[in-house]
Amino acid sequence: MPAELAGPHLGWNPFTDISELVEYHFMVNALLAGGVVAVMAGAAGWMMVLRRETFAGHTLSLMAFPGAAAAALIGIPAALGYLVFCGAGAAAIGRLSASGSRSWSEQSAGIGAVQAAALAAGFLFVSLYGGVLGDLENRLFGTFLGVSDAELLMLAVVAGAVLLVLAALGRPLLFASVDAEVAGARGVPVAALSSAFLLLLGMTVAATSQVTGVLLVLALLVGPAASAQAITARPVPSLALTLVLGLLVAWLGLGLSYFSVYPAGFFIATISFAVYLLARVFAGVRGVRRPASAPSEPVAEGVIA
Amino acid sequence: MLDQEFMRNALLAGTFVALACGVCGWFVVLRGQVFAGDALSHVAFPGALAAAAAGLDERVGLFIATVAVALAMGALGRGAVAFGGARRAGSLPVDDTAIGVIFTFILGLGLFFLSRFSVRSGGSAGIQAAHTLFGSIFGLGAGEARLAAVVGVGVVLAMVVIARPLLFASVAPDVAGARGVPTRMLGVAFLALLGVVAAEATQAVGALLLLGLLAVPAAAAHRLARGPAAGVALAAGFAVLATWAGLALAYAVPSLPPSTAIVAVAVLMYSISTILT
Repeated sequence: MPAELAGPHLGWNPFTDISELVEYHFMVNALLAGGVVAVMAGAAGWMMVLRRETFAGHTLSLMAFPGAAAAALIGIPAALGYLVFCGAGAAAIGRLSASGSRSWSEQSAGIGAVQAAALAAGFLFVSLYGGVLGDLENRLFGTFLGVSDAELLMLAVVAGAVLLVLAALGRPLLFASVDAEVAGARGVPVAALSSAFLLLLGMTVAATSQVTGVLLVLALLVGPAASAQAITARPVPSLALTLVLGLLVAWLGLGLSYFSVYPAGFFIATISFAVYLLARVFAGVRGVRRPASAPSEPVAEGVIA
Repeated sequence: MLDQEFMRNALLAGTFVALACGVCGWFVVLRGQVFAGDALSHVAFPGALAAAAAGLDERVGLFIATVAVALAMGALGRGAVAFGGARRAGSLPVDDTAIGVIFTFILGLGLFFLSRFSVRSGGSAGIQAAHTLFGSIFGLGAGEARLAAVVGVGVVLAMVVIARPLLFASVAPDVAGARGVPTRMLGVAFLALLGVVAAEATQAVGALLLLGLLAVPAAAAHRLARGPAAGVALAAGFAVLATWAGLALAYAVPSLPPSTAIVAVAVLMYSISTILT
């Protein structure tokens, strides 16, 4: 039958579309991996956007590239290389932002130096390895077709660990992010929390980049969180909205990619951008309310900015 | 070493690209726009791929993409002015989430063009992508090298023209605005120049390694020199020195890619500067 040969196609009936979507095991795995990653990236990204560490997050995501290249060069699993380099990058950024002057311009210049060094090392590893370019493309832009059961399990374990630690650190971390000086005066270990969060962020982007690719991690990390924080300034609803938007972006992107010839990363990045634009328009039309309660003040500031 | 034509081309292009990167980079670090510069350099990649997918010269795509995004970032906002203001106020950056969302979207478009291009051209897409991402300075022809030198000189001249008011607008945006300096227009013009630099430097060090020439030598200069004139001179000097040393290293060690060597020397300079200060 010609319809069989034409492969999956999007129809008007959502139920047949979804049953077609979960027909194959690899697609079920991809959707599950996308869901796991969306929740983890949403939670970590929400805190990252609140702390204004998007540049650090982007730099950490690029760490996965030298990590994967080094892993290929010495013959260890790529995921291990991701984790090692992301952890090292988080430590380097943590050191740079903790030591000496903390003005944003010097701090961001230091992050830029870390990024340049890591990418240069990654390129060196790739050319020493002999440069398998197709593989490079997959590293940079991700491939969700090959998520095996074991990888899915590992993703779930990493996500569980990140979410648990994030939940445990949540309260003091939020306090330290919102007002570092007062938190420090009350005995909250601000510097240690900041380093711990960067490490968590490193693990998150290492896991996320296995699905979205190194270059498009921010689509799941920043887009949903920035949209949610633009819509509501209260912490709990905006965190919940972040998770919902993240799942929506990930699953819609994977689904559309399944029904077309184009890669999932493209759809995920585009939907994430569209959601962000809608959220900004929504916030602009409604006007942003500034809540009087002190803790959510900086969230409101973030929205206005 | 200088007998080889590809080496002369690489030196000619590299020197002037580095000069422009160093001069612009000092202002980039001063204004806290490293992330914006980073985003512009990554945007060069989708630009080149779009041009390739449309069958145009990749440089057309490079320049159009980077300058257009620079103008958009400047026009959309606060990007142009508020970075400097936010930095002065001692607070954090204003636009980093917006930059993150926008350039991720454009990278996603790059992926779209990459898959279009792969369908059309078979295997060469991956090689093209790698050249754009990591540069191919040893592969520049004489004409391309001369063009790079001309663009580099042009950018430096333009920077000389706007240097004074730009410095004023970066250090004290409110006062500069009150005195009638067009701070917003200056910010947009600077970002557009940065777009030109990003497009030109992409051919030398690649879209992923631009920060190595733009931010790293400038960051070292900011640590070592306090005055603006000395700082700009030092940043340009560091960038040119890193390029020369990197090219010589890559020539001596064939398995070392030139862009890696250039960035490695620059990062080494920055590390030394952090130890010294």
